[in-house]
Amino acid sequence: MILSVVEQFPVLVVVISLLSAFTILIAGWLNKKSCWFLSFSTILVQLVMSVFILNHVLTIGTIHYWLGGWAPPWGIEYVVDALNAYVLVILLSLALICVTYSKRSIAHELPHKIVPFYTVYQLLVTGLCGVVVTGDIFNMYVFVEIFSLSAYALIASRGKIALKASFTYLVLGSIGACFFLLGIGFLYSVTGTLNMHDLSVLLPPLYGNKVVLAAFGFFTVGLSIKMALFPLHTWLPDAHSFAPSEISAMLSGIIIEVSTYAFIRVCFSVYTVNFIKLLPIFDFLCWIAALGIIIGSVLAIAQYNLKRMLAYSSVSQMGYIMLAVGLSTSTHHALWGGLTPALMHILNHALMKGCLFLVAGAFIYKAELWNITDFKGLGRKMPYTCAAFTLAAISMIGVPPSVGFVSKLYIILASLEAGKFIFVAVMLLSTLLNLVYFWRVIEMMYMRREEREKESHSHPPANKNEIPLSMLIPVLTLASLCIIFGILWLTEIPIPILDQVNALFGLGRYAAP
Amino acid sequence: MLEWLIEEIFAKYNYWISITIMLIGFYAMIAKGNLIKKLIGLSIFQTAIFLFFISLADIGPTLRGTAPIVSEAMIHKGYVYVNPLPHVLILTAIVVSVATLAVALALVIRMYEEYGTIEEEEIIEKERELGV
Amino acid sequence: MIVESIRPLLAILCPAIGSILIILFSKRPNIRESWTMLASIAQFLIIFSMISTIIEGNIIKCTFFTAFPGVDFGFRIDAFGLIFAITSTFLWILVSSYSIGYMRSLHEHAQTRYYFCFAWAIFGAVGVALSGNLLTMFIFYEILTVSTYPLVAHDQTPEALFAGRKYLAYLLSSGCFFLAAVVLTYHFAGTTDFMNGGISTLAEASRGALMALFALFLLGFMKAAWMPFHSWLPTAMAAPTPVSALLHAVAVVKAGVFGIVRVVCYIYGVDLMHGLGLGLALACLATFTIIVANLFALAQDNLKRRLAYSTINQLSLIIFGVALLSPAGIEGAMMHIPFHGFMKITLFMCAGAIMVVTGKKNISEMAGIGKKMPVTMITFTIGALGMCALPPTAGYVTHHFFVHGCEEAGGTMSFFPYILLIAAILDVMYFFPIIYTAFFEKSEEGGGSKIKDAPLFMLVPIAITATCSIIFFFYPDLFHISELVETAVQSLGGVHP
Repeated sequence: MILSVVEQFPVLVVVISLLSAFTILIAGWLNKKSCWFLSFSTILVQLVMSVFILNHVLTIGTIHYWLGGWAPPWGIEYVVDALNAYVLVILLSLALICVTYSKRSIAHELPHKIVPFYTVYQLLVTGLCGVVVTGDIFNMYVFVEIFSLSAYALIASRGKIALKASFTYLVLGSIGACFFLLGIGFLYSVTGTLNMHDLSVLLPPLYGNKVVLAAFGFFTVGLSIKMALFPLHTWLPDAHSFAPSEISAMLSGIIIEVSTYAFIRVCFSVYTVNFIKLLPIFDFLCWIAALGIIIGSVLAIAQYNLKRMLAYSSVSQMGYIMLAVGLSTSTHHALWGGLTPALMHILNHALMKGCLFLVAGAFIYKAELWNITDFKGLGRKMPYTCAAFTLAAISMIGVPPSVGFVSKLYIILASLEAGKFIFVAVMLLSTLLNLVYFWRVIEMMYMRREEREKESHSHPPANKNEIPLSMLIPVLTLASLCIIFGILWLTEIPIPILDQVNALFGLGRYAAP
Repeated sequence: MLEWLIEEIFAKYNYWISITIMLIGFYAMIAKGNLIKKLIGLSIFQTAIFLFFISLADIGPTLRGTAPIVSEAMIHKGYVYVNPLPHVLILTAIVVSVATLAVALALVIRMYEEYGTIEEEEIIEKERELGV
Repeated sequence: MIVESIRPLLAILCPAIGSILIILFSKRPNIRESWTMLASIAQFLIIFSMISTIIEGNIIKCTFFTAFPGVDFGFRIDAFGLIFAITSTFLWILVSSYSIGYMRSLHEHAQTRYYFCFAWAIFGAVGVALSGNLLTMFIFYEILTVSTYPLVAHDQTPEALFAGRKYLAYLLSSGCFFLAAVVLTYHFAGTTDFMNGGISTLAEASRGALMALFALFLLGFMKAAWMPFHSWLPTAMAAPTPVSALLHAVAVVKAGVFGIVRVVCYIYGVDLMHGLGLGLALACLATFTIIVANLFALAQDNLKRRLAYSTINQLSLIIFGVALLSPAGIEGAMMHIPFHGFMKITLFMCAGAIMVVTGKKNISEMAGIGKKMPVTMITFTIGALGMCALPPTAGYVTHHFFVHGCEEAGGTMSFFPYILLIAAILDVMYFFPIIYTAFFEKSEEGGGSKIKDAPLFMLVPIAITATCSIIFFFYPDLFHISELVETAVQSLGGVHP
């Protein structure tokens, strides 16, 4: 079988990333400065490839790549459809932004660990890409473990308390991964295959089987731990707040989302909509997610450490995504039906939370400021950074026309269509809770005077103390994308991508009557 | 009663054993305060899953399983080869678990250097003393 | 007839571009402030140029994209929207000039932020006025809320911060209700476009649902400061006076009232309101607010707070007018939006002028101030007469309409003029003592009979708005307002008394 160039890209995205990781290690041995450049250029190339993949998938169709030429179900197959291509682009864009940002901040924060940092970072990207492109469920498990292990190491890189956080994450993450593996074992024992497509063909007659049901339970619990779904989120606040900031941004912005992607893949590609409809599992998921939205926000209000607050906010935002996933089988509208709101929020959350964590990192970089109460007068000292924070924060609150508003609107419309008015109330309440904890920060940055300033009462031009350009550009890019994408979503330009996903899984308007 | 016992317990003894081991590991991970003991628990937990996979490849006591090398002569003699896939999968999974363990042990060593203890309670206490 | 035009877009872009220029020239105050003035004048001219098209009975449309099936993001300008737009843009010019005088006299800090946010607030307010459906309106409504926060908390004192927090808490929660209402409307009716005479498909929903939806809308328009959800407004008086003048007498609060009128006339429609019996309920709510706000006003010593309660009272008067659901009532309500704007802004600007010149905020300290600041206090008197609905001011004109509207509505409604009378008496009871104190009581400091009025930057706008308030009495068609109101009421069609 002859493949076009683009059809080779799925495997190349993973392979060049993996090779690059070792190249960085060797090159870093000779010259420390080359690490950043290598990592940056690799991810840039990957991003370009992923854009080509997305384009190919949208115009021509799903890409199948057989590793080693072994036909599935015997060989491992990489399958890229609209869903993976979409997630892949988001993932690599955020990775690129974070690596740009890390150039200065890592040199400042971890000056002795530059080489290992970029090596492991590249491994992390490899793992994430692998999870996204693979069409084989055991392969997915391996990649999940690759990115998790890299994440453990990266979280621990700051030492001290981060070690403890990383250890907790490791223990819980391993339990999650083991559950996932056990689920795979169960499915293998009844079907004898590991290929996702093959599984989805073989499984339907067995939907009543207890083993199949138990496997689904293991998948759900295992991935829920990985994506920090309430109440399995306990590892997240520590891990996200003590990691280096670009890693926090990756963790919150994409890593837990990739786990969500894995969950969506298992639900709709391994199992199918018909299976989901047999069980009330998604209704249950909605309620859990709604609970997570509220409790995550309430806990965020109680935090004084900015990064910890953002971490709890992620718990709440994962609730948004899972609520949208939970509603996906009961909505049939062309726009907000099916997975559209969930996938939309995956992108939106990556933009918002990525930006917020990078800004939090900027405060730490400049002045070791961790606590919200120390932010007095920052609005004058770091005007651009604070402006970016404000934009992302009002997106989180959901002020139009930001991305947060669009997500909120779509989820509300979806819950209305599903006839679940209670979730409309939950979403609106969550808006208010978000307002409470984000506005506190904004008020502190712009409205509180510093002590010294009060005494003199005159207002000397505050010394600007802005972060370097290589950190500022990523932050501002993300912040402006929060608004630009908000408007783009409203104009419905990117919707066709998500519509293809629905078509693939028979959701939304493609649902069987 | 006896029939049920045979059918559900003895005939599926491999599953029961792996589940029992799994629970032992799970207990250790959750209940033990010593970080190394937690890791031992994790190892036990993972190994139990490996056992489960390996036992999937079992083709029963009546057939004689061989290594999956297909040759005409063996098949004529009535040998049946064992499904190799679970073994392969578990080889991979063992690699993963070893890597996990390595990272975890590295973390524990660093924590020991930092705090001088590997008891979770004591670490938390020391953190609190440091005022984090 | 529908006319496609990009003029609304240009109008809305004026403050947006202005705000960017303001930021760019933050180091050079003179240039920065001339951008404010330029943007405001340009915006007014663009808005004003649309009048002739609208009076001919046309509707100007400007659609950008479709957000949801049946919901376009875009502008639709009709006579009613134009009234609000004209009021806020014209007053923005005056208040810009006033702000320059005020901010410079007091050597306020963070002036760039102030002008920047002010421009965005106008952006929001004009957006609300011009938007063609509820979703567009909601977007601008929220922009208005967020952009006014820095203005309310401008002083950065603990009180101002508290005021800001309260302001946001009230208005963004109300935003949530508004959003819920918008989405539910879309759910029931399949569209959220404003239509003359209401959305016909909405009537298909059940009675209970429509009642609940209306309650959500009312909660959503908490900006109209109806009781008992009014307390953010007096608190927000912590803001600098120009902000209180333009935003908390015109742009922000009127956006709330404007929204209520929009919902009553263009979403529900008068017939449906009649059918549901919501008119009477709304009228009761409004009259309750009118009376109680006036009683509260009596008890205030701080001049701006007293004016704030008077604003609450007058806003409910507008709601009351539309609740009558009769042509004259709606006409009065629509007309009261600009008229009250001009009168109340005069009062606020006077209060600010007094503060700048003498530093006094409380009425009890203002003895004899009329001799010191004659121009300011005379204009204040004109504004006060307007509030009490006495001739020769604009207030009299609209009250005439309200009373006429009550007659037209008949039934229980014909009882309401008496309440308006009581309200007017209460108005007199708290405005006339101020005038008396200012002109006839002797200053305790004594000797200070030297005339020392406010700077010209402030005095000219005050004089203009006060003059306008009087001109409206004799010639209500200034700025084509009465023509626009008639066009709007006629286009509503099915308004039966």
